[in-house]
Amino acid sequence: MTLLDVRALSKEFDGLRALDRVSFTSGEGEILGIIGPNGAGKTTLFNLISGIYLPSAGEMSFQGKSIHRLKPHQISRLGIGRTFQIVRPFQNLDVETNVLVAYGHRFYPSLWKSAGPFRQPEFLKEVQTLIQRAGLQSYTKHTAKNLPLGFKKRLEIARALALEPRLLLLDEPSAGLRFEESAQLMELIRQVRDQGIGVLLIEHNMQVVMDLCKRIVVLDHGAKIAEGSPKEIRSNPLVIQAYLGKET
Amino acid sequence: MISGYFITIFITIVIYAMLAHSLNIITGHAGQISLGHAAFFGIGAYTSAMLYTEAGFPFWISVPMAAVVAGIVGALLGIPCLRVRDDFLAITTMGINFVVEAIFLYIPFFGGAMGIGGINLPKWFGREMTKPEYFVLILVVFVLLLLLDRRVGRSWIGLAWASIREDEEAAGSMGVDVVRFKVLAFILGSAIAGLAGGFYAHFLTFIMPQNFGFGQSVVILSMVVFGGIGSRWGPIVGAIILGILPEVSRPIMEYRILIYGILLLGMMRFQPGGLLGPESVLSKLFRRSVYRPGARGGSQ
Repeated sequence: MTLLDVRALSKEFDGLRALDRVSFTSGEGEILGIIGPNGAGKTTLFNLISGIYLPSAGEMSFQGKSIHRLKPHQISRLGIGRTFQIVRPFQNLDVETNVLVAYGHRFYPSLWKSAGPFRQPEFLKEVQTLIQRAGLQSYTKHTAKNLPLGFKKRLEIARALALEPRLLLLDEPSAGLRFEESAQLMELIRQVRDQGIGVLLIEHNMQVVMDLCKRIVVLDHGAKIAEGSPKEIRSNPLVIQAYLGKET
Repeated sequence: MISGYFITIFITIVIYAMLAHSLNIITGHAGQISLGHAAFFGIGAYTSAMLYTEAGFPFWISVPMAAVVAGIVGALLGIPCLRVRDDFLAITTMGINFVVEAIFLYIPFFGGAMGIGGINLPKWFGREMTKPEYFVLILVVFVLLLLLDRRVGRSWIGLAWASIREDEEAAGSMGVDVVRFKVLAFILGSAIAGLAGGFYAHFLTFIMPQNFGFGQSVVILSMVVFGGIGSRWGPIVGAIILGILPEVSRPIMEYRILIYGILLLGMMRFQPGGLLGPESVLSKLFRRSVYRPGARGGSQ
């Protein structure tokens, strides 16, 4: 089933087209790879989907509901979680509290409910389950800024999962990680997918993309230049040209 | 019996502690810098004074109204402040302070440079409250505010503020309605500052625009930063120390702003978390003595 439907989405910054009429759809339980050279507009696309930027043109709908005019908190409450390319955990809060912030999405809309205490046993139990899934159970009380990069990335995923998302946007999860760390993270992403959660994956590591994704969208200079299976993408002349440059 | 002089100092310190506490909600908890907090102190004081002297309301109505009016104005002024961050927010709030002070000073309705006089201590049991009684009254109110602060700090609201303070953009992507929770912090902080203003007006019995200028905002901020921004007790300790200093030595009173400025610089350089901040020397000493009493041979 289609989760996210992006139609002719564009974004301009001071006349510069960062994204140019990009369209695609993504489904439940599917890991859709988004690749492209640096500056292709991948992160801009994520910032549009998650509501940090407003699109200059085009439309987006999530589970049939139009989302391109919504604010980040509204979009996240609908069930779109995200991580950041440069990790952004709440640095001075511990792992548990980081996840609790997102867990609270069900209380924030009501002033009355948000006045209730957050350290309740039943909440902590559910949060602990998420922390365990991310393999961080020994670090529950550690301050986020003291964690190594790989753990921070897993913390971001645990935090996003606390939103009970239907769709997860992962921005270069394996960047800067050692091989084993990266492998563990990929395993976590597979588990997430097996639960039926859709994933949009921006990734530079081609090995990872080819492993995880059945379908890939390629962006270059803000435009979509190809879409298809890893095999099709690998042999697509436009893609090769975008990555390696034109033969002369 | 404690002399009137000491009672005056005690009352002043509780009022400053209330102000530091209220600014700590906006700047410490929600992470929004404000250089114009005295404006809300002034709005509270003037609201209470006008209601009491012009409209004839009793203290018991005029002071709560001071909190309500300051809270409403805080919400209205908080909304434009939401569009700016960090250094621009600092300048915007500073501007608000100058505007509010100028309104009190130049609009005759507010008494102009002469201020408003004839505001009295509250009445109860058919007579005027004594100063020690008044001290107990505002101390009780302050303790209630601290209990409220603890309650809010442990609620989802407190958690949402912490997330906004840490990273506004990430907070938004985690379902936190950044605008709503920022406005809430501005309302609560301004209302408590307004309440402090009401208490202040009825205690001084006479208020002038200069009491609520930018200098006053700096004094309040100094207390918060000196004691430990974001911690519950830090701003109170800051208010007590910086409130007593000018009283124990007259030269300090004369060079108050200079000394506070130097203190601020020193704190920023050597103890940016303040006296009671999590990384400060005092907190570390305290933790060491509490968690490892045996280490100093003090255990049994």
